[in-house]
Amino acid sequence: MTSPSNAQLREILVDMVMARTQSGRLWNLQRQGQVGTVAPIDGHEATIVAAVHALETEHDWVAPQYREPLALRRYGPEILERFMLYSLGHPAGGHIPEPIRVLPNQISLGTQIPHAVGIAWGMTLRSEPGVALVFFGDGSSSEGDFYEAGNLAGVLNAPVVMLCVNNQWAISTPVHQQTAAESFAAKAAGFGIPGIKVDGNDAAAVYDAVDEARSRALAGKGPTLVEAVIYRLGAHTTADDPTRYVPPEDLEAARRNDPILRLRSQLEELGLWDDDAQAATEAEAMDLLDKALDAAKAMPLSPDAVLDHCFSADTQRLERQRADLLEAGQREDR
Amino acid sequence: MENPLEDVATSDLTMLQAINETLHAEMARDDRVVVLGEDVARNGGVFRATEGLFEKFGEQRVVDTPISEAVIAGATVGLAIAGLVPVAEIQFLGFSYQAMHQLAGQVARLRYRTQGRFDPSITIRAPFGGGVRTPELHSDSLEAQFANMAGLKIAMPATAADAKGLLAASIREPDPVLFLEPLRGYRGIRGDVPDGEHLVPLGVARTAREGDDIVIIAWSYQVELACRAADTLRSEGLSVRVLDLRTIVPLDIEAIATAVSHCGRAVVVQESCETGGFASEVIATISDECFWDLEAPVARVSGYDVPYPVGMLEDHYVPDEARIIAAVRHTLELA
Repeated sequence: MTSPSNAQLREILVDMVMARTQSGRLWNLQRQGQVGTVAPIDGHEATIVAAVHALETEHDWVAPQYREPLALRRYGPEILERFMLYSLGHPAGGHIPEPIRVLPNQISLGTQIPHAVGIAWGMTLRSEPGVALVFFGDGSSSEGDFYEAGNLAGVLNAPVVMLCVNNQWAISTPVHQQTAAESFAAKAAGFGIPGIKVDGNDAAAVYDAVDEARSRALAGKGPTLVEAVIYRLGAHTTADDPTRYVPPEDLEAARRNDPILRLRSQLEELGLWDDDAQAATEAEAMDLLDKALDAAKAMPLSPDAVLDHCFSADTQRLERQRADLLEAGQREDR
Repeated sequence: MENPLEDVATSDLTMLQAINETLHAEMARDDRVVVLGEDVARNGGVFRATEGLFEKFGEQRVVDTPISEAVIAGATVGLAIAGLVPVAEIQFLGFSYQAMHQLAGQVARLRYRTQGRFDPSITIRAPFGGGVRTPELHSDSLEAQFANMAGLKIAMPATAADAKGLLAASIREPDPVLFLEPLRGYRGIRGDVPDGEHLVPLGVARTAREGDDIVIIAWSYQVELACRAADTLRSEGLSVRVLDLRTIVPLDIEAIATAVSHCGRAVVVQESCETGGFASEVIATISDECFWDLEAPVARVSGYDVPYPVGMLEDHYVPDEARIIAAVRHTLELA
């Protein structure tokens, strides 16, 4: 296990601040009707950013749920560019270009866990030196896919890191109504694999946990279930009103444990961060997001793109439907 | 009729032997092919479809999974993303309900939702269909449910030669294919199968019997029954064509239109429930393509709108030669 260097921690903080700034900006853009549903990242930054900073981007795959993209900056600027397309509802938002080893968002909860196990299994068959890191929430851990995938991963000894981001809430359902288990990490026992619980607001702790899990996997010792305990500081999404169910005193306490404030104060004490660094990072984040959004808005889209990429080539049925669609468009044009 | 096999060396095989040989050949041809499923390795599959693969290709490429249909289907997505060519077995199609969210929501949509980033070279094999007195949920014909999942191709061979040609094509296909194997056909269908490479493209129907008065449109084991019905009626002087769809997705719309336009009368046969079955899609296609060539309404021979029944009742549920013949006679008698 290697702990992150101070320089790495600073890079992690940059990505965390970027993610929160951009998430806030997207929230406002959604309220203006410019983008679709947004799942705010507040409170998740240390867990997601530090986890991907423990990866080797050339070899390791990331299978996100849906809240992660703004925090996956380490995998390249294309992630933000594609996420802006996705947020606009452009189909190209689902196409993360080669050779970036990141899957698009997964809305069907938990279904990405079997995919990650399949990828990890496939990498061992191809003798590739990589792991698959899969993100899912405390709520997703109640899906059958979590159990089937965790069980198969254990049986196959697949190099997968299952990262359960326990933010205490599945929309309005609190963790005690999600499971009677003492922790989500404890569920690893049923798979015969190690389960570890970390403070997900501590970037260095998450980095260490994922780094260790990755090393185990690459050494042929199989999967690890990591539970990162955090608190969702914002709404589930722009369609949610958490004041209906989140106790204000709990939220207040969680805000005092904000992962960005923690890492900031740590790096400020080391002289690696200050208000100027914070302001410059936030400004850059806004600039990058606006540019990516402008580029996404300029991306062309033809009406018959609705039929593209269903199959490798159009079937007879799709050929007919494409002709009908284009003919209807020509009638409208006239 | 023309025999496309007359110039090639063939072997007389059951459908099961043809499937097994094809799996051997495709695994030997492409080392990216991996076989996964319940009891597929040491046991060679509960029907022996995967027999000998484990011994020949080893435990890395022929893998017994836990009893977990969802992760069998879901893992194929990951394996395909990692550059492999998974051939998964769902032990009986009725068990696919436990994998439905992965098949419909993930396998079928992978190419579309990633806009072509990944080639889902995935084959899901599953036996199905009635007539062999299986326990509950072993016999259901669910093909119409899968045909309603955009992005999935569905192969349903009716002959041993097509089982080979369509399976080889399915494994090499860059799109996901559900390959459905009729239980009664495993040992009940046999015939000449070309030796060596034999590919049948997906989406090209086959004329199983030539005829001019009426066409019976069918797929999978019902083609066998349709051919028996056609042969019986031929001895009475009726000229009955049989069109074997081979794949219901892609659907060979042109072949359906050509056959129905030529004959003017049609009967569509399926094993599934009547309501929402794939026969409805075929009949709607006939209406779209060649309604004015029809001389009589199109008849449908189906299972009934009940769950697949237990053994003592299944012969009353699954269409048989007598019901097909009755539908043909009725359709021919109409003005």
